[in-house]
Amino acid sequence: MATSAIPENQTKMVTLTIEGRQVSVPEGTSILEAAKQAGILIPHYCYHPGLPVAGVCRMCLVEVEKAPKLAPSCATSVAEGQVVHVHSEKSLEARKGVLEMLLINHPLDCPICDQSGECELQDYTAKEGRKDSRYREPKRFDPVEDFGGDVLYVPNRCILCTRCVRFMDDVAEDTVLNVSERGDRALIGKFEDKDLTHPWAGNVVDLCPVGALLSKDFLNKARAWELDHSASICPGCSQGCNISLQTRDNTVVRLQPRSNEAVNEYFMCDHGRMNYRWMNRTDRLDSPMVKTNGALVNADWDVAIPTAADLIRKGRVYVAASAGLSNEALYLLSQIAISRNGDGGFSVETGPEAPLAGVKDLSLRKDRAPNATGAELLGFKRGDSSLAGLQNGDVLVIADDELLNANESDLAKASSVIVIGTVLPPSVNADVILPIANFAEEEGTFTNLRGRVQRFLQAKAAPGMARPSWYVLADLCQAVGLAGDYYLASDVFEAMAASTPKFSGLSYDTLGLRGLPVVDQPLVGAGA
Amino acid sequence: MSSTTNLTHGHDEVYEPVFVGERKSNLEELFGRYPTKQACLLPALWMVQEARGWVSEAGMAEVADILELTPAYVKGVVTFYTMYNQHPVGKYFIQVCTTAPCNVCGAEGVVEAFLQHTKCGELGVTSSDGKYTVIEVECLGACGFATPVMINEDFIESVTPERVPEILAGLQ
Amino acid sequence: MGYPHPIHDRETPVISKYFGDREAISLEGWRKRGGYKALEKALTMTPTEIVDIVKASGLRGRGGAGFPTGLKWSFMRLDDGKPHYLCCNADESEPGTFKDREIMRWTPHALIEGCAIGAYAIGAETAYIYIRGEFTEPIARMNAAVKEAYAAGILGPNAMGTGKRVDVHVHRGAGAYICGEETALMNSLEGRRGNPRIKPPFPAVSGLFGQPTTINNVETLTAVPHILNNGAEWYSKLTLSSPKSAGSKLFSVCGNVLRPGNYEVTLGFPFKDFLYDVCGGPLPGRKFRAIIPGGVSVPIQTMEEAEATMMDYEGFIEQGSMLGSGGVIIIDDAQNLVKQIARIARFFAHESCAQCTQCREGTAWTTKILERIRDGEGTMEDLDTLLSIADNMTGKTICVLSDSCATPVVSGLKKFRGDFEALIKRKTFHPVLEPSLSAVA
Repeated sequence: MATSAIPENQTKMVTLTIEGRQVSVPEGTSILEAAKQAGILIPHYCYHPGLPVAGVCRMCLVEVEKAPKLAPSCATSVAEGQVVHVHSEKSLEARKGVLEMLLINHPLDCPICDQSGECELQDYTAKEGRKDSRYREPKRFDPVEDFGGDVLYVPNRCILCTRCVRFMDDVAEDTVLNVSERGDRALIGKFEDKDLTHPWAGNVVDLCPVGALLSKDFLNKARAWELDHSASICPGCSQGCNISLQTRDNTVVRLQPRSNEAVNEYFMCDHGRMNYRWMNRTDRLDSPMVKTNGALVNADWDVAIPTAADLIRKGRVYVAASAGLSNEALYLLSQIAISRNGDGGFSVETGPEAPLAGVKDLSLRKDRAPNATGAELLGFKRGDSSLAGLQNGDVLVIADDELLNANESDLAKASSVIVIGTVLPPSVNADVILPIANFAEEEGTFTNLRGRVQRFLQAKAAPGMARPSWYVLADLCQAVGLAGDYYLASDVFEAMAASTPKFSGLSYDTLGLRGLPVVDQPLVGAGA
Repeated sequence: MSSTTNLTHGHDEVYEPVFVGERKSNLEELFGRYPTKQACLLPALWMVQEARGWVSEAGMAEVADILELTPAYVKGVVTFYTMYNQHPVGKYFIQVCTTAPCNVCGAEGVVEAFLQHTKCGELGVTSSDGKYTVIEVECLGACGFATPVMINEDFIESVTPERVPEILAGLQ
Repeated sequence: MGYPHPIHDRETPVISKYFGDREAISLEGWRKRGGYKALEKALTMTPTEIVDIVKASGLRGRGGAGFPTGLKWSFMRLDDGKPHYLCCNADESEPGTFKDREIMRWTPHALIEGCAIGAYAIGAETAYIYIRGEFTEPIARMNAAVKEAYAAGILGPNAMGTGKRVDVHVHRGAGAYICGEETALMNSLEGRRGNPRIKPPFPAVSGLFGQPTTINNVETLTAVPHILNNGAEWYSKLTLSSPKSAGSKLFSVCGNVLRPGNYEVTLGFPFKDFLYDVCGGPLPGRKFRAIIPGGVSVPIQTMEEAEATMMDYEGFIEQGSMLGSGGVIIIDDAQNLVKQIARIARFFAHESCAQCTQCREGTAWTTKILERIRDGEGTMEDLDTLLSIADNMTGKTICVLSDSCATPVVSGLKKFRGDFEALIKRKTFHPVLEPSLSAVA
């Protein structure tokens, strides 16, 4: 199915000219993909690199010299010496014709359509379509249908590109959608009581090039142009799907997949997609606090950090860490624990595995946390409870951990408790609280279950006085006499790479926004 | 994949599977003719229609189950082909060709005559006694014998409006 | 023969000789008429020898495209180790065409024999005859004949005692014109929606069930036994015109004509004589107005064009149309031509598989405009729009259904524009006045 990269040295290369630019691509590449490599976008609807070719929208017709007819560039392989015109008069006329046909039954309801602003029909019509329609007849009308799951179907807007059908059929391998009827009566159909409940079904909404398939969750929440997009990594499980984290007015409103051939191709699962509301929690720790006369009171960072440092110096340190923390935060926590002969542990919430059948090694993983592998690589021990290694008299540092499966009685072992987190876990009697930004509010890296290290960027502002976790921990390191002279998250990463063999050679620059695998050594216990 | 036992027949009545006994063995015999089970989809749907007069959603689900397809897939196929009735039709299902070659020979008059004499009144509507459903159909492939009319599985050639009462009388 | 009429003395009945002959239907009757001699002979020859004879005969596909049959067969690589399939296209759905129906009704064994020879020639052990669902009687006749042929050992694992396997199966369609398109037919046979496939790959490389496949029309396959029996030279000389168009051909004649029916004539026959002599001319008191000579997918001819036509693949093209499926639709001067063109467009809108945008939307849009003009609500602007839509529908889709819908509109507007303009101006149809308004090209 998808266009997996073929090593160039094993494949015959074909050279052709597209819009006057010469390009060499492996034999068998479509003209459409070859054009992409030449930096030319051939307008298209039904074609999607993650799906089998359908060749039905006829939007990608291009003029190939010496060919009798226009060629559908998605379904035509390159040939040596071919000369392709994407924007010739003939190609433009053909596309204008397709656009007019697509619009005759399409309602002009862009002002109330969720897709508006990110609609390919809107975009190409504005760019290449007719100024007016010659259609004088009544438009077809079909009512909106609930497809189940998170998906609504608006048949009037549908252009029958069949991306959704092909995704369910060939990628999810769960044929719950079909094309029903024929001619202009055709529409996307499903069977009664067989809903779009497949764990990856939400992708059909992203795949839909128009506003025919809508997310109920996102319905009427925002206009596309109001959204800020940040490159990020899904924190929902250990797969590490690349995502675009989208906010409106400092509120996360939507997660969408960001393509990465090595991890998630073009997809993300519904669990990950819906797992964002916690990022908008309002009951957050937003000020450092210090216990004074038996009660926690707000304090300045200048007071809280030294107070925490004083506690740390008093004994062995045990860190109960979250597997949702970045490599950077976990690295600094490990430095503190090591310096105090201490130790660290974490636990991970698990759930059923849900693979996407048509893509190799892509699944909603059992581990419902993004960085268990990073935590293990940095020396944290995995247990049923993150407090498993806590010893009597330890200084306990709870690092954004919710203390899943932990016994309250275990907490009593600690001589003192420092909470570095976004919220205060119930029944924790903290001595110092250092509020940190959550995942959406800071930048950092996660290591996925295959050992791929990937960056996520800050998408919104942290509340109150909360600071990025690496920033708080760097200050704390300095306060206890450890190296902590870091001004950027990348500085922390560099220090980690220099001192942790697994990460050696990596940097934010080399990771880019697609990530890289850690040094190739067998990963113990990193399996699904 | 749904089991066929708890399917309903559009209403609340219990669905009786089509593929039991002889029909089941007839279908299984067809499996040997093709390299895939899926190729038996059209024949299987024909068998459902022969047994029930139409292809209900429950019928589609049963076929899907046997041929290892999904009900949605089967429905996509059923809705493509016009000869599978997706609703019950009258005891006599009357299909009149009105495509151009028959149209120039007066096919529309034949349709009118059937609508009038069956008391169906409207195309696609079953007469109140449940006896007749009349539809216009695209080219029946008997253009030299305009107007051809299909009543259930029988073909009647060279039908004129005048012949309609006699044809209907012959059905009684 | 011009079933249901007696053989006209200017016909050349080869395939249609036994139409109407009830005894020819059974195996016994067919054998008495020389049946299965060609298959017996064929199974002693090599496949390549058969292909060469068919090539030399000049037989061309009778389904519409007219592709040389022997050449098509030669595309099948006999040594590729893959299962091969023969599909017989009996989805005869092109309005105006009903010849394959009669072949199957009257001479089912002739088709089985042709299928068996064809299958053997392309290295296939299995042939499927895909018959349109509406053909209940031909289906019943074919099923009975296949049963007889198996019982007699003609088909099966030891076909005619030669130790060679030849299976022939009948597969019933379920109501879809587009399944007459070869790749759509294959999809349908595989249990899918009858959507045409993108080519390449061509069927000879990857066809039915992904295997090398040849697909031939009923009439084409039925001609093959005659060629084997009488020789390639005999067949190639059955022509009155171009040597490129050889053999006898069945033409289905329908519409406003005295003797509608099937007539078999030698290719190159003068169309004027065919219309007025063989088919008996117009109905009493009427005049022929327009002819659609090859099923509704081909351009409409004026009578001037039709009367100057030689009936072969090249001859129809020279006179502004195509031979197509050989379905001759005759429209006389009492008809509202615009209404009939609208009716043809409605047919295509009904039958569009819905894959390609231009076809799905264009066929329906064209129909709506034409029906509006028919109902007296048209404007002159509509005529320009129709031509522009037709242009967008031509040469841009996976199959030619879209082009076929545009064809009667474009040829109708080119040759009978007066009919459209009169309806737009006058709002109602006047049969007597219309022809005089038409600017006949």
